[in-house]
Amino acid sequence: MKTKSLIYYLLISSIFLFSLVSIWKILVTLQGVELKNFNFAIIITLGIAISLLNLIIGEKLNYLIKSSLFALIFTFVDGYIVQVMPIWYNIGIFAILIFFSLKINKYNQKYLASEHSSQIVVFDFLTLFGIVLFSFVILFPFYMMLITSFKTQAALLINPLDFSINFNQDFKELFKSYFIIFDTYNFGRYILISTFVSVGTVIVTLIFAIPAAYAVARLNFFGKNFLSTSILIIYMFPAIVLVIPLYTVFSQLGLRNSVGGLLIVYTATTLPVAIYMLQGYFRSIPKELEEAAIMDKLNWFGIIIKIILPLSIPAISSVALYVFMIAWNEFLFSLMFLDNPNSFTLSRAIQYLSGDAETPRQYLMAGSVVVTIPVLLIFVYFEKYLVSGLTAGSVKG
Amino acid sequence: MSDTLSKIEKRTAYILILPAVFLVFSIILFPIFANVWISFKEVGLKDIRIPEPRAKKIVKSIKDNPDQLKIIYKLRNSSLILEIRDVKFQDKLPKNIKPINLDERCRVKSNKIYCEFGNWEAKYRENFQILLQSSDDKQINKEKLKTIKPKLTGKSDNILLNTNFTLKNFKKVFFQNEFFDLLTTTFYYTFFGTIGSIIFGILTAQLVNQKFFGRTFMRSVLLFPYVGPVVALAYTWELLLDPYSGTLNNLLMNFQVIQEPLNLLGQKYLTINFFGFDIKLRLALTTVIIFEIWRYFPLAFLFILARLQAVPKELYEAAEVDGAGPLQKFINITLPQITAVISILFMIRFIWNFNKFEDIFLLTGGASGTRTLPINVYEQGFTISDIGMGSAVSIVIVALLLIFMFVYFKLIGKRADEN
Repeated sequence: MKTKSLIYYLLISSIFLFSLVSIWKILVTLQGVELKNFNFAIIITLGIAISLLNLIIGEKLNYLIKSSLFALIFTFVDGYIVQVMPIWYNIGIFAILIFFSLKINKYNQKYLASEHSSQIVVFDFLTLFGIVLFSFVILFPFYMMLITSFKTQAALLINPLDFSINFNQDFKELFKSYFIIFDTYNFGRYILISTFVSVGTVIVTLIFAIPAAYAVARLNFFGKNFLSTSILIIYMFPAIVLVIPLYTVFSQLGLRNSVGGLLIVYTATTLPVAIYMLQGYFRSIPKELEEAAIMDKLNWFGIIIKIILPLSIPAISSVALYVFMIAWNEFLFSLMFLDNPNSFTLSRAIQYLSGDAETPRQYLMAGSVVVTIPVLLIFVYFEKYLVSGLTAGSVKG
Repeated sequence: MSDTLSKIEKRTAYILILPAVFLVFSIILFPIFANVWISFKEVGLKDIRIPEPRAKKIVKSIKDNPDQLKIIYKLRNSSLILEIRDVKFQDKLPKNIKPINLDERCRVKSNKIYCEFGNWEAKYRENFQILLQSSDDKQINKEKLKTIKPKLTGKSDNILLNTNFTLKNFKKVFFQNEFFDLLTTTFYYTFFGTIGSIIFGILTAQLVNQKFFGRTFMRSVLLFPYVGPVVALAYTWELLLDPYSGTLNNLLMNFQVIQEPLNLLGQKYLTINFFGFDIKLRLALTTVIIFEIWRYFPLAFLFILARLQAVPKELYEAAEVDGAGPLQKFINITLPQITAVISILFMIRFIWNFNKFEDIFLLTGGASGTRTLPINVYEQGFTISDIGMGSAVSIVIVALLLIFMFVYFKLIGKRADEN
């Protein structure tokens, strides 16, 4: 066994344990339990002791017995000597320690003697640490958003760290913010408008993009190369430089505050990427299929409907989902074009709600949950399609 | 034969692409050119409304004379700047009513009053009166009279269409708008946001490229910030970071990491004492950059992961046989394999962060030292209501963007040549 590996192993494993326990403590604090100290020195010492014991015991004990033993020791010291906490806190600590002990089980004296063992130890723990940390950092705001929407203003003011939800209360009381945003703030209407605009954008974009993409992929015409290179360049122009002229023109034409106007703009801004994605896919369809169709005297409309469309369902789904996501999440144009609450989209409605300093934040968060959940559900369910859309459309975002 | 065929092909192609080209041209390309036009004009938000002749109708009864009524039309030109020419007026009267002593500019024809008011200069106002007499003994129905709305028409110049140009806006952009400050803030935001998202992209891609329990779940979760609606996420962060009731500050104070709450989004500078040196950190800007990294690293992650998965396993196996550790493998195999992706990613993200508007707008509104060029477009155009200035700033953005794009396509072209 190399000393360097041993020190690395002891230090990094105990730091990893400390971060696990600390994240658990943060979550516990957010349930309103008073907990003021991470106890860095004690946890690190305990961690080093357990890691060392793990090396000393090695395989003399069954790994399950060994893990339970470590977990029991740690839980006892932490929960009864250092601080007395609710029992569910201790159960959490116990689970973390079982997980930790199982992870360090593979390190024994022989392992630490092998080549590069210090590096491998560091990499292993960094990986684990990364998984835990990134999950926490990413999911925490979403968790906050959800929980805040179930709280009341008063409860949040009394203890801003108490995010426990009282499930004993009435269903109506628990979902009060949701009832209010739907009853008082008309969110039902905004959901309908957002859905209409997003689905409408998808349909119109596909109607415009499929023929154009087919032409770019298959037909020869003057200016084709120019067109296919300029598609990407056009796509890279941001909304912010289009906003002022569009605002002036739309104002003068009376198109502001109209959902139709918004739909046109969304379609135009997503068209380039839709054409770009679709033409790439259309090129991969064997030409022979179409040649046979031309023999059968099918015109271009027939070719697109009967041959191209059925073969490119995956690509079209990708484009549709991607465009839906863009339109659903879009904010700048809806801010510029809509100022009549009758034609708000969800994003615009939430921003409008936040403009009033008096609006309780749980309403704001309930609105945020309402706008976020559909996209996340669609994303999780159709991840495969959306990821390819994201990758292709990633020149923007 | 083939000649006609190719003609047909060409015609078909144009029919197929024309609708899309037309739409993109009118909504994307036209505004970019229109920006150039507007940026050389002195136009405010109020000028873009086309001047309208307006009339407010007030009906008054006359004392001691129930058979007569007075209508006062408060006439005005809605514009404060432009005149309206050839204003024509038209209003309907109920059947039993006749005007008496009618203004000479007007005439009556079958229960309608027609007037020609000529030209109205800007801000023009007039109280125009008509005296009405009931032609039978019935009382005049006041309410009914009120519901009939007069119609007014007139011709006016559109300030956007005339040919008065000025360089004022650009002078202001460069000399009175803290242009250098704007540029450095934009650069900090863009550069550190890009670098940060790429670093976290590499880390997470490296993570997910290994086998562990819950790997597919992890991959989905990592994309959440990018997929979620910006409005919802920005407001959640604002709540999270609030100095008084925000979770983060309360947590940090609870665990005694800080003594005083930090106004992470509202404080321009934070002075940190670092080994005796006072370092002034742009606090709000840093926070906004962190949000930016949080929201956009998933894209870098996605790209880099795709590239990592394409690296042949044999390379790593061979390295292992040669006795390379994880660090050597990362430096000697992984990094060279992903440099191409990273350089392209850097350009893409740089261009896009440079243009980012929503994130900063929702978090700080451009206050506390987070004013970037895109935020300035909005501020000039809609907060200060100077459309011409807004356009001029847009033009600056487009110009810088074209330079970045030129570099980007050069880079892509070079990559393509190498392969």
